[in-house]
Amino acid sequence: MSLLLIVLLPLLGSLLPLLSSNQRRHQCALLTAAMPLIALLVTLRETPGVLAGEVPRLAFSWVPALGLDLALRLDGLSLLFVLLILGIGLLIILYARHYLAEADNMPRFYAYLMLFMTSMLGIVMADNLILLWMFWELTSLSSFLLIGFWSHQSAPRKGARMALAVTGMGGLALLAGFILIGQIVGSFDMQTVLDSRDVILADPRYLPALLLVLLGAFTKSAQFPFQFWLPQAMAAPTPVSAFLHSATMVKAGVFLLARLHPALAGSQEWLYLVSLTGLVTMLFGAYFALIKLDLKAILAYSTVSHLGLITMLFGLNSQMAVVAGLFHILNHATFKAALFMTAGIVDHECGTRDIRKLKGLWRYMPMTTALATITAASMAGFPLLNGFLSKEMMLAETLETPLLGGLAWLIPVLATIGSILAAAYSLRYVRNTFFDGKPRELEKTPHEASFPMRLPVLVLAIVCIIIGLFPAFSATGILTTAADAALTMPAPELHLSIWHGFNLPLLMSAIALIGGFMVYVLRQHLFTFHRQFPSRNSLAIFEGAVQRLVRFTQWGIDTLENGSLQRYMLWVVISALAVSGMSLMGIETLKGELAVQKADPLLIVGAAITCFAGLATAFLHRRRLISLIMLSVVGLMASLAFARFSAPDLALTQLAVEVVTVILLMLALFFLPQKTPKESSASRIVRDVLLAAGFGGVVASLNYALLTRPLNSISDYFLEHSVSGGGGHNVVNVILVDFRGFDTLGEITVLCIAGIGIYKLLSRLRLFMPSSDSEGRPWSPDRYPMILASVSQSLLPMALLVSVFIFLRGHNAPGGGFIAGLVTAVALILMYIAHGVEWAQQRLSFQYQPIAVSGVAIATLTGVGSWAFGYPFLTSAFGHFHIPLIGDVELATAMLFDLGVYLTVVGATLMILANLGKVTTSHRPSKQKEKA
Amino acid sequence: MEALFATTTGILAASGLYLALRGRTFPVVVGLTLLSYAVNLFLFSTGGLTTDGAAVISDGAGQYADPLPQALVLTAIVIGFAMTAFSVILAMRVRGDVGSDHVNGNRVDEPREDKS
Repeated sequence: MSLLLIVLLPLLGSLLPLLSSNQRRHQCALLTAAMPLIALLVTLRETPGVLAGEVPRLAFSWVPALGLDLALRLDGLSLLFVLLILGIGLLIILYARHYLAEADNMPRFYAYLMLFMTSMLGIVMADNLILLWMFWELTSLSSFLLIGFWSHQSAPRKGARMALAVTGMGGLALLAGFILIGQIVGSFDMQTVLDSRDVILADPRYLPALLLVLLGAFTKSAQFPFQFWLPQAMAAPTPVSAFLHSATMVKAGVFLLARLHPALAGSQEWLYLVSLTGLVTMLFGAYFALIKLDLKAILAYSTVSHLGLITMLFGLNSQMAVVAGLFHILNHATFKAALFMTAGIVDHECGTRDIRKLKGLWRYMPMTTALATITAASMAGFPLLNGFLSKEMMLAETLETPLLGGLAWLIPVLATIGSILAAAYSLRYVRNTFFDGKPRELEKTPHEASFPMRLPVLVLAIVCIIIGLFPAFSATGILTTAADAALTMPAPELHLSIWHGFNLPLLMSAIALIGGFMVYVLRQHLFTFHRQFPSRNSLAIFEGAVQRLVRFTQWGIDTLENGSLQRYMLWVVISALAVSGMSLMGIETLKGELAVQKADPLLIVGAAITCFAGLATAFLHRRRLISLIMLSVVGLMASLAFARFSAPDLALTQLAVEVVTVILLMLALFFLPQKTPKESSASRIVRDVLLAAGFGGVVASLNYALLTRPLNSISDYFLEHSVSGGGGHNVVNVILVDFRGFDTLGEITVLCIAGIGIYKLLSRLRLFMPSSDSEGRPWSPDRYPMILASVSQSLLPMALLVSVFIFLRGHNAPGGGFIAGLVTAVALILMYIAHGVEWAQQRLSFQYQPIAVSGVAIATLTGVGSWAFGYPFLTSAFGHFHIPLIGDVELATAMLFDLGVYLTVVGATLMILANLGKVTTSHRPSKQKEKA
Repeated sequence: MEALFATTTGILAASGLYLALRGRTFPVVVGLTLLSYAVNLFLFSTGGLTTDGAAVISDGAGQYADPLPQALVLTAIVIGFAMTAFSVILAMRVRGDVGSDHVNGNRVDEPREDKS
């Protein structure tokens, strides 16, 4: 349980500062510090047990299907990092309290910082790969927020974006790598993975998994060639740089190397990939740290260099090297966080971090000078300080490595060169800032920082000295347990001491310090040499790449999506043609094995009329009314075709829909131009004719190929079970309301939504209302035709009776809710046509929207009702009932469902047509000319 | 008979598509309606062309017409009407708001390229 506390307390802590106002800074900082402090105490309580070899673990199942557990562990490796995160985190909270300016939003800063702390703790304590990855991505996000904290400036925004892009991309690669590992091992549980090294190394997926995991680790820890984001992230407030970009977050990458060391290390691939990447990064970073002019840039590149050093140690496949790497993580965190804080103090007090302007600050801030000197000396690897110890261990390890075979001597030589550069930039950092004359061009007169601001630096400097002087006492215990967790076998016995006698590593250390001094003295030559290279701004390059990507995608969008419906149709049709044409080419003959039926003369005539009407619709499209009449001919012929081929339900539906469609289009045509202008170019017409002909050809071929092939249909099931299972003899209707009732429910919902959409489209519609036809003749002022009016009125009861009849018999004979609904709708619309909207509105004084909606509701409730009896949604029941006078009647719950369908169809159809009709009346134009 | 049916479907589909590729809203709506007729006939025919098949289940009936495509097409017809209605009223609305009945919202065929 205490494990959960360690992670969750800082999360709670991210809320606390938000309770405080920006003015009450002390309160805000105290509130923030409380939770990490408690978490630190909890950790310290666990520490003796962990040092004794216990590994407290905790697991809750979270998403078992993904193998994701909320599992935490606190082994030696976790403990080392937890102490670093919480310890340095507390110092940072104190430091930030005095660093942030009045204008900065302190609660927000602390909230981000705590969020980051939580995610970092999550990474180091996660006992499940997926969980680890989630926290990993959370650090990327919280780091983004922290780097971009001064969001009103451009540089932090760009730096934050770059950091997020690089580390986020690496995070995705890491996820892929974790999934591969999970597939190899069969579990995402950390202990299972760590115990499965032999399986992992033998698997062919090892190399891709390793590459992906390393991509994640190297982007996070700013290893070459991904180092470029870290210096840009220095646009963050300095507490963030000290905490995230030196002590903790960038260590997540090397932490991962240590964490997965038992599972992934030991192979040649690991040795070469990891240690050479580390070596290159170490030299690259050290060189640029010597060149840079900004204090924080110097420290950033030196961080890159040190991370490279640690990576190299983890890559060497040697047990002692792992111990050295862990030791250097600890040491680097202490001296680098302290150095960043001194840089922040200088910046805070002098208003600049440019090393050319700063000089001789020791006069003004002696305490800070002393602290910076101690920690920089540790960074340089000066004896009696902690940096010296781990650096010497590193040098000793490079002597033993089998890397590069016969060229193995190169490694210690390059490592020594790296150390020389480290000594040189450390010296430059201290001497050029705090000594060497007097400051020039400073905007304000510097003075010593306040004591609370210096206190965190002081604490860290003391730690540097204590570890440097008494390594065996202070660090052996935690390092051994941490190494135990990072190695497959118990850690080698550790003899940390200041003096090992005269040996080769000591000589190398001495060379490094003396060489560093020489390089520093001769640095101007190096600078002159460096000026020959064109300066490269990684930010500009990155932004340029992003801009190019955006331009490229924008070009793609503009090309494909240019706002022209015709263009889209073209793409859709061409792709449809390509796909279906391909499959047609794949079959051997167009005609299948079924015998062809003979066509009778009536059918030929019918087909001829249909084809003629279809073609006429297209060719006469510029005369819209005639085109519309031709369309209705096609619709009627389609209805006849359904009747001819034994589908009475379809014939009835098509007939009714045809009527309402034509009425609708006639109404709409009233508001639209009566004729289409001639505007398509000849080439456009040729293109469209060819496309249409090709399309028609493919459709016809597909249809013919389908018709002449035997079909194994699932309909036999429906035919067999219609009476026994659905209680109806009309199989089509039983399918609609019972077997596939869920589909029908969806369909009537769409119908209802379309009706409501139309209702909204019609509200406040600005109309082009013509007062004459296209020839300029005014519309007839006649009222509604007398004969139609009287006939329709007497027809209405009949029509309603018919629709009830069709509805009731629908389950057993052609008919049903759809058809009955359409018949009712047509009958009512006839009233509108015959008598006008106002007349009809007075008599049909109900709203259609509620009818449509209640239809959908009834259908849904019928489905829900079956739950009450313990059946799945939309299970139907039926039975026979005896009704006096009428006789035996079979009633099914499906009938209720069909009632819903009926109401929806009536409601939606009338909602569309009656509302459209209404717009014609409310402001019917007088004789004014059409505006269009 | 099959060839006749398929040819008719093809001609309807071609006419419908030609209209759907026009530049004005009304022919496009008419074209889509025509196309939906063709598609409905096509879908319907996937169950085979049955002459004099029984429509309802009865003891003496011989051959039944395939009910499944019928059920699918039945709803397709109704939904097709809803879509026709929606698109034609959208066309009216566009004409009211934009002042043109061109499908691209103005009178040129390739708006974005011509504008610049």
